[in-house]
Amino acid sequence: MNMAKGRFGNLKGWLYLLPAVLFLGAFLVYPLIDVFIYSFEEGYNFTSQTYYGVGIYNYSYVLHDPYFLQAVKNTFILVIITVPVSTGLALLISVALHSIKRFRNLLQTIYFLPYVTNTLAVGLVFMILFKKTAYSDGMINLLINFFGGTSVDFIDGPYWAKMMVLCIYTIWVVMPFKILILTGALASVNEDYYKAARVDGTSKSRIFWRITLPMISPMIFYLVITGFIGAFKAYSDVVALFGTDLNAAEMNTIVGYVYDMLYGDSGGYPSYASAAAILLFVIILTITCINLLVSRRAQR
Amino acid sequence: MEIVLQDLTMRFPGRDRKKKEDVVAVDHFTFTVPDGKLIALLGPSGCGKSTTLNLISGLLVPTEGKIFFGKEDVTRLAPEHRGIGLVFQNYALYPHLTVRQNILFPLENRKGKDRLSKAEMNAKAEEVARLVQIDPLMDRRPGELSGGQQQRVAIARALVKEPKVLLLDEPLSNLDARLRLQTRDEIRRIQRETGITTIFVTHDQDEAMSISDMIVVMKDGVVQQTGKPQEVYDSPANLFVAKFLGTPPINVFEGLIRDGGLYIGDDRVMDGITGTGHEPGPAAGKPKGAALQPRDVWVGIRPEGFRLCPDGPLTCALNGVEVMGRDISVLSRNASSVNPTVRSIISTENRVDTSSPTVRFALRPDKVFLFDRESEDRLMVKLADA
Repeated sequence: MNMAKGRFGNLKGWLYLLPAVLFLGAFLVYPLIDVFIYSFEEGYNFTSQTYYGVGIYNYSYVLHDPYFLQAVKNTFILVIITVPVSTGLALLISVALHSIKRFRNLLQTIYFLPYVTNTLAVGLVFMILFKKTAYSDGMINLLINFFGGTSVDFIDGPYWAKMMVLCIYTIWVVMPFKILILTGALASVNEDYYKAARVDGTSKSRIFWRITLPMISPMIFYLVITGFIGAFKAYSDVVALFGTDLNAAEMNTIVGYVYDMLYGDSGGYPSYASAAAILLFVIILTITCINLLVSRRAQR
Repeated sequence: MEIVLQDLTMRFPGRDRKKKEDVVAVDHFTFTVPDGKLIALLGPSGCGKSTTLNLISGLLVPTEGKIFFGKEDVTRLAPEHRGIGLVFQNYALYPHLTVRQNILFPLENRKGKDRLSKAEMNAKAEEVARLVQIDPLMDRRPGELSGGQQQRVAIARALVKEPKVLLLDEPLSNLDARLRLQTRDEIRRIQRETGITTIFVTHDQDEAMSISDMIVVMKDGVVQQTGKPQEVYDSPANLFVAKFLGTPPINVFEGLIRDGGLYIGDDRVMDGITGTGHEPGPAAGKPKGAALQPRDVWVGIRPEGFRLCPDGPLTCALNGVEVMGRDISVLSRNASSVNPTVRSIISTENRVDTSSPTVRFALRPDKVFLFDRESEDRLMVKLADA
């Protein structure tokens, strides 16, 4: 009797989940499995739907492709620089915002603006700021010149300059969301903790390190994990800054590489694209697992 | 350490945009807390008791008035220099630290020559933990403790720095009824053992009456009465204090003083009213023995001030009887009563005839208080049985 009711309850639950399960299955789970299969089918051809054989040649090809290695290098540099810097800056700004009363709402709105601005529009603004053309050196170069430096072409110039622009751009784009989350987290810490700390004569820095930071640490870990994932999947930002021929610009990312393999100038290699996508998946999975382990240990 | 509050006043700017009036949370509070005593600040919510506590702790700075700890003026002193321990209503224990780390926290804040060695700090923490009886729980997190245990940890954390004053904000309000009884005795014991001057804030008169040496009853930021709990109960200064103290609460009637007697409705319930009819204070006791002018009054009668008496002067319509083991509550109605039900408590030796539509009471003069109809201040009069 009880069992029957339980089973019926379960059925009802599954019924409610059915639409989502169907859609996710058809558009997410099935393609994922398909990509996994493609990545082992050598020389798969979309039009004829044929392939030569099954093996790990696709992975071998991708891992020996200098463009892929360049993309991996770019992606890793981007991740390692932007995630800690953007999270740290966001924390700094949030704490500052939390400690002021006047203009807090106004400043919060300003800091959140990039979040609601279109990526490509922002990319255009960055181009104007950084790009060197025949007519103008761009705002940043004007500044550099003013301080006695020589102009640098940030968009078509040396690798480090391009990478710097990309990092600044990425940090600027991802910060609003982090600030939003962190100001929320800071506001949710009960005032009594701070009062108790004050009565006990706790120094400002000790309050920050021993009370504030541990209290909002779940949110920080959340931001770091999602930040890593987001940065590993960077693509549109790069296109916005450097156009679509990313391999030529040495600015390709892993997702960009996957895209190029599918549709780019050299397109038509779904097998290589699948292998690269699976490699990206493995990288993100590994990093996220490490993150979770670290955060769990830190919170214990 | 003696704490002297002198004309303490706290105004907050009004939140209402239309009315720019300040909110006076504490209004000219003058009181001396004797050394080593347990004092309760008692009042309904919004009466300014918590604000007073925050002023004493230094978390707020008063708009006017002064605070002395002993001879030292601490009015503008920062909280950390006052030597106080503060226990919050929600305990404010750091959830990510163990009990031991929580208790050590205030000690680890110290710098320079005040800083103790690790071993000394640990010894101190162990000592207060034993005092509040949480020593077996030192390595747990606050989340793993019951409410009562968290409360003890909070008290331990406040005590570990050996404060001169211990302040408790609604210490029992987050505990269930049973734990509340236990914990209040515990607070009493800890206060006795340490001899620290302790002030606690509560809205629960039971709590305040049962453990404190003195109570301060507040309303709208103004002190209504101070004194030993029993004295305040036996001799309330005004109607508010009379109504606020005592469970079940005092019964209030519209009454009339006429011809040297007290009338409730048409019943002459008290005779031989003498006294000045003035409020207590300098004016008290001037002309004695004169019969009072006829005047309307509030009559407050404690539930235990009723005696069943077949020919008693006060007649009420009988509603019912509640037997509570130790004693009986007689519920009745009276046209002059302010509350819908008149609740009187009599001992179980009495038998109430529940078939009778009415019940008659005689009143105990020392349990009957008269208050001015306008000012609601107590009228100091002598009463005698009718």
